[in-house]
Amino acid sequence: MQPLVISRFSVVNSLGRGSEATLRALREKRSGLVPCDFDTARLDTYVGPVAGLDDFRVRPDLHDYDCRNNRLAQLCLEQDGFVREIATARDRYGAGRIGLYLGTSTSGLHATELAYRHRDPRTGALPADYRYAETQNAYSLGGFVRRYLGLTGPGFVVSSACSSSAKVLGNAARMIAAGICDAAVVGGVDSLCLMTLYGFHSLGLTSPGPCRPYDVDRDGISIGEGGGFALVERADRVESGAILFLGVGESSDAYHMSTPHPEGLGARLAMQQALHSAGLEPSDIDYVNLHGTATKSNDASEDKAVFEVFGPHTPCSSTKGATGHLLGAAGITEAIVCILAIAHGLMPGSANTRRVDPALKSNYLLENRDEKVIRVLTNSFGFGGSNCSLVLGAAG
Amino acid sequence: MRVFVEGVGLLGPGLPGWQASRGALAGAEAFHAASTVIVASDLLPPTERRRAPVPVKLALAVGQEAFQNAGRDAAGTATVFTSSSGEGETLHQMCEALASADREVSPTRFHNSVHNAAAGYWSIATRSREASTSLCAYDASFSAGLIEAMTQVVSWRKPVALIAYDQPYPEPLHSARPLLASFGTALVLTPEATGRTSATFELEFLPGEEKPTRMSDFALEELRLGIPAARALPLLEALARETEGDVVLDFLTETHLRVGVSPC
Repeated sequence: MQPLVISRFSVVNSLGRGSEATLRALREKRSGLVPCDFDTARLDTYVGPVAGLDDFRVRPDLHDYDCRNNRLAQLCLEQDGFVREIATARDRYGAGRIGLYLGTSTSGLHATELAYRHRDPRTGALPADYRYAETQNAYSLGGFVRRYLGLTGPGFVVSSACSSSAKVLGNAARMIAAGICDAAVVGGVDSLCLMTLYGFHSLGLTSPGPCRPYDVDRDGISIGEGGGFALVERADRVESGAILFLGVGESSDAYHMSTPHPEGLGARLAMQQALHSAGLEPSDIDYVNLHGTATKSNDASEDKAVFEVFGPHTPCSSTKGATGHLLGAAGITEAIVCILAIAHGLMPGSANTRRVDPALKSNYLLENRDEKVIRVLTNSFGFGGSNCSLVLGAAG
Repeated sequence: MRVFVEGVGLLGPGLPGWQASRGALAGAEAFHAASTVIVASDLLPPTERRRAPVPVKLALAVGQEAFQNAGRDAAGTATVFTSSSGEGETLHQMCEALASADREVSPTRFHNSVHNAAAGYWSIATRSREASTSLCAYDASFSAGLIEAMTQVVSWRKPVALIAYDQPYPEPLHSARPLLASFGTALVLTPEATGRTSATFELEFLPGEEKPTRMSDFALEELRLGIPAARALPLLEALARETEGDVVLDFLTETHLRVGVSPC
């Protein structure tokens, strides 16, 4: 594919607000995971919550969209000079020539959960102030951000579970190549809700402690919340060191709705296609940011795939021990972790992981490495066997 | 952006399959509204057939018909799924369980609740390891799917199937988001003409609002307005009539799509 330049990005998660906070936490190997006290959940698990959302309100003219997910979206848009950059891009391209491709898994589902707790005892009706289109519908995030940023270009929301906000970079690349838009805002937001907490718990996939990716004693995920946005543009004239989006690979497992292919077949296909699309060999990649959810089966199958593609030497790690699993926002968040890795020469070691499972054969990093990073690959896999790998790199 | 239409699938109220509905869509036969009959696809193994939610069955049924009409193997074809409503019944059951005292939720229901449930079941059923995505753009979900599917065909120079579907919600969600009926449609699109090609689509993304193409039949127009996936109907009418012409589709506010349809 034609490389795109990532000219601005913003990020919020349990590590803090803005890219400086995420970078600082990664440098300190700090984890944002805490015992779960979200809403009325009574579960023995840890979560990665974003502080301050309960009292946050979306911009008054967009109050119909007010829900936890859109509050988090706005909080994220307000970081890292993102809104200012988009205003400049709007002047440069025109609001109608900037695409908007966003990912989310659960959208504003928490608003519906609250509404179901306040049904009319006589009729069963939802409360009169429940707003389906602006909160629950999977496009809620897209409608909100489109209005918040004043964009009038093409767009939609991708909701393919935990690969959603990785796949949107592929959408942007194709739309720009086809001339549908000249630039695009990509990103994703997912926020805590009871459905994912109780749902993953019902599958036996939530850890009672902070998640430990690739650990010999790993016992499940920690659900987090967060968001990330990026502006991607044609890379006609870029300065040395600029961050480029180089390649994308997408595949399906065709195996099971909630369990990854045991040999990591779909994962391998996604990684190989991403490398092919970037015109690179596995040896060109300096660091792999793993999906690494810390379930027994995910880490085992991903390790097989990564080992098969990259062998025993390429450094790799999961940053979910720091952020938790951000579900539909995991893809963009980990792409931003990779951007920070390239920009600051940091390969992040795995927070919370104590002893790497000897059955896993990839070169898994427990400690941070301060080293030049030029090209990275990042994995995002989801329910339904939806796989996506991205390749990012620094311009030469 | 130009693609070739190789196969079509359709299920809606009074529209029991593409071949069976062409006459009514072309205006050659009278259209009679009736309940949408969704038969569980034999693509799925018997256990999955029982577990699959209704929107998944709807998506699989129209997808299967489109591939049959195209004479193409689904295993080697990328897919774009698009739905405004997603998995309504499962969402309702999960929210009821979460509002109850014991909060016992079913793990199967949880994995069936994702917006890409249909895509997951489809790839398992067809053994397709190709790329697949699942989109939503509220009332413009069909247009979003069409523009993405056509962009994929043009980028990858490979066939892509678009599967659009919507299933009404149960109460109390139905009152908050009323959808008229079950409706699904699928299009197998290719980069080059094949032996089964019936038409070409030439798509333009355009700024500004423009009146969308309406259905001449009042009852079909009601479907178009009442179900996001049925916004595809004017395109299907143009295919059924086998005449050349432009179809205007609603997209997001301040935008629309113009699709030039040419039979071949």
